[in-house]
Amino acid sequence: MKRRQFLKSSLWATTTMPFIPLFGRPHLKASDSSASKIILADNAGYANGENTVNSYRIAKRLDEAIAAYFDAGDPLQGWKQVVRPSETIGLKVNCLSARGVTHPELVEAIIERLQQSGIRTDDIIIWDRLSSDLEDGGFTINYKQRGVKCYGNDYLGFNAGLQVFGSAGSRVCRTLTDRCDGIINLPLLKDHSIAGVTISLKNMFGAIHNPHKYHLNSGDPYIADVNSFKPIRQKIRLNIVDALDAQYEGGPSFLPHWRWPCNTLLVGQDQVALDYTGWQIIEHKRAEQQRPSLKEAGRQPSYIFTAADRKHQLGCADPQNIKPIHI
Amino acid sequence: MKPPELNPIDALPQDKPSGYNGSFNRRTFLKLSAGTAMGLISPLTLSATQKSDAGFPHKYQKFIKEARYYEKLQHKQIRCNLCPRECVIDDRERGYCGVRENREGTYYTLVYGRPCTYHTDPIEKKPLFHFHPGSMAFSIATGGCNLNCKFCQNWQISQVSPEQIRHFDLPPPKTADTANQFNALSIAYTYSEPVIFYEYMYDTVIAGHERGLKSVMITAGYIKEKPLIDLCAHIDAIKVDLKAFSQKYYRDVVNGDLQPVLDALITMHKQNVWTEIVYLVVPTMNDGEKEIRALSRWIKEYLGDNVPVHFTRFHPQYLMKNLPPTPVSTLERCKSIADSEGLNFVFIGNVPGHPAEHTYCPSCGTLLIERIGFTIRSNHLNQNQCSQCGQEIAGIWF
Repeated sequence: MKRRQFLKSSLWATTTMPFIPLFGRPHLKASDSSASKIILADNAGYANGENTVNSYRIAKRLDEAIAAYFDAGDPLQGWKQVVRPSETIGLKVNCLSARGVTHPELVEAIIERLQQSGIRTDDIIIWDRLSSDLEDGGFTINYKQRGVKCYGNDYLGFNAGLQVFGSAGSRVCRTLTDRCDGIINLPLLKDHSIAGVTISLKNMFGAIHNPHKYHLNSGDPYIADVNSFKPIRQKIRLNIVDALDAQYEGGPSFLPHWRWPCNTLLVGQDQVALDYTGWQIIEHKRAEQQRPSLKEAGRQPSYIFTAADRKHQLGCADPQNIKPIHI
Repeated sequence: MKPPELNPIDALPQDKPSGYNGSFNRRTFLKLSAGTAMGLISPLTLSATQKSDAGFPHKYQKFIKEARYYEKLQHKQIRCNLCPRECVIDDRERGYCGVRENREGTYYTLVYGRPCTYHTDPIEKKPLFHFHPGSMAFSIATGGCNLNCKFCQNWQISQVSPEQIRHFDLPPPKTADTANQFNALSIAYTYSEPVIFYEYMYDTVIAGHERGLKSVMITAGYIKEKPLIDLCAHIDAIKVDLKAFSQKYYRDVVNGDLQPVLDALITMHKQNVWTEIVYLVVPTMNDGEKEIRALSRWIKEYLGDNVPVHFTRFHPQYLMKNLPPTPVSTLERCKSIADSEGLNFVFIGNVPGHPAEHTYCPSCGTLLIERIGFTIRSNHLNQNQCSQCGQEIAGIWF
């Protein structure tokens, strides 16, 4: 499959979703291919004509996406492949820009399914860089009280050991290293003024103590290096990209005039394939809005290819081996 | 009687909940009561961190001050003009240094009066060998750095954000008062990289001078011309860590560029600020004969032969643990090259007891200042002259 074909096949659903009924969509099963599978669940948060997120719709589409990804009849069967009872699970949200953050409604839907999969509420941690960022994003801070925990890296600090890979050397937050058995990565889909795009790989900058050092050269190879740190690489179980609202220009800051209701959830375990797919969505929207491509803008996210190279092997950036499945 | 002028530091907001000004009026009471009641109903309204007007946690507000040397761009972006990186920073993002943040298009330093460490050191530890030898320097640093050297000895404070380390509440007047209490002759801005806490440093230099204290900056010299010239008008001495004399090394090991550092050295020289250079010799990386010779020639041509140059010993640290400590013979070779190129004051550092720790008269060779490590054992200077031949010795001696 060529890049152009990939774009065409993966984007038609997201761009035309408000007008096409669900049952008219091709539905590929996970078992159809050994390629990196990405689920694109459209109509995931907003009903036609509405501008507020519908919690019921998010939960329903999340269930369908998980079931499709794991080729399971029941979403819980899928979740049970992600987590095991008695584990502590971290939900890495993105609240850096304060507005336009990972939707709390999506987080709530995930928490409900985690509980049903045997994870105690006390053992679920919503986390990001700073507690104040989470609070700005609409989450309730809970350090020690019963129930779901929610705090930034400033609460537990960073593991003393220095992780080193390639050009990057960082401390990883203790929430990830010491508290969580597994991480569910909940990034956004956004343009990034330096790195090109910020999706699942870039979201892990929120797990290290020195992300400000890694924006040189459009984040390449630093983003791939950071995701190659052993604790990060070993603990990410699943990525669910919150693309209910996406941004095609001016990111990562919240700039409403460059945002659009993409109304999609992307689900996958291959972060590289996921980021490649998300990047194509942004490119398509940029073209539609007559913006230059990211390459023309001098910030093509080359780190996605680096993440797939022989040294990093974090996933697949070859469109021929990425299988986008629209549901 | 004229009331005492309110110090700008005292005018900064205190650490109190927003909306509280010492007494409740009806509106405030209602607002807080309603907020509490809502909090009982909806946990989303509860706040663990009070926020200032700019959106920073209130407990940090007193350390936050609008930065100098930046320009506003479109769409809430800013460009920092403090260091040669010229970081273009989006809203709610930080620069490479990690201690300056853009909020809604205004750029703030987060470390004003917020040192993470302070200590009183001999001035020889900086090292400044020709600046008030034997005096003590009250030394401070904040977290952060605008470089990321793979051999950094202080990476635990230089490569972090201010929230990640403990800090002290030490605004400029209090810093200068504390330095006086420690009987220091000078205040040294050191350990991490003072360029990144420029505003705090600048105001402390002024506060120190008002109290009879000198100020010295220990820096990598990665700073733009305008802020450097403004600082040179007040600072008493600068020690520059020149990491290498090759762009490749600066790019690969330091994550910066060489030329801006050379430009900064020339600016310091033109501004008549006493300057010494430290060159950390890393085996096989920056110790080639050609490089050391080119460095020595450049120093002599652009800064003169009286600039002290310290070739110091590397120890494996941080991201560069694969190399051994620098052999003493390598340091001696570097010194020998610099001597042969006509530099008058070439030292060897981090090798306590080495004879190249001493200052010798460049004219008659008499030992003038004898050092062991950071300690002065004897000083035979006569004012600013060699006690034997009368040769004037460059430096700030009294």
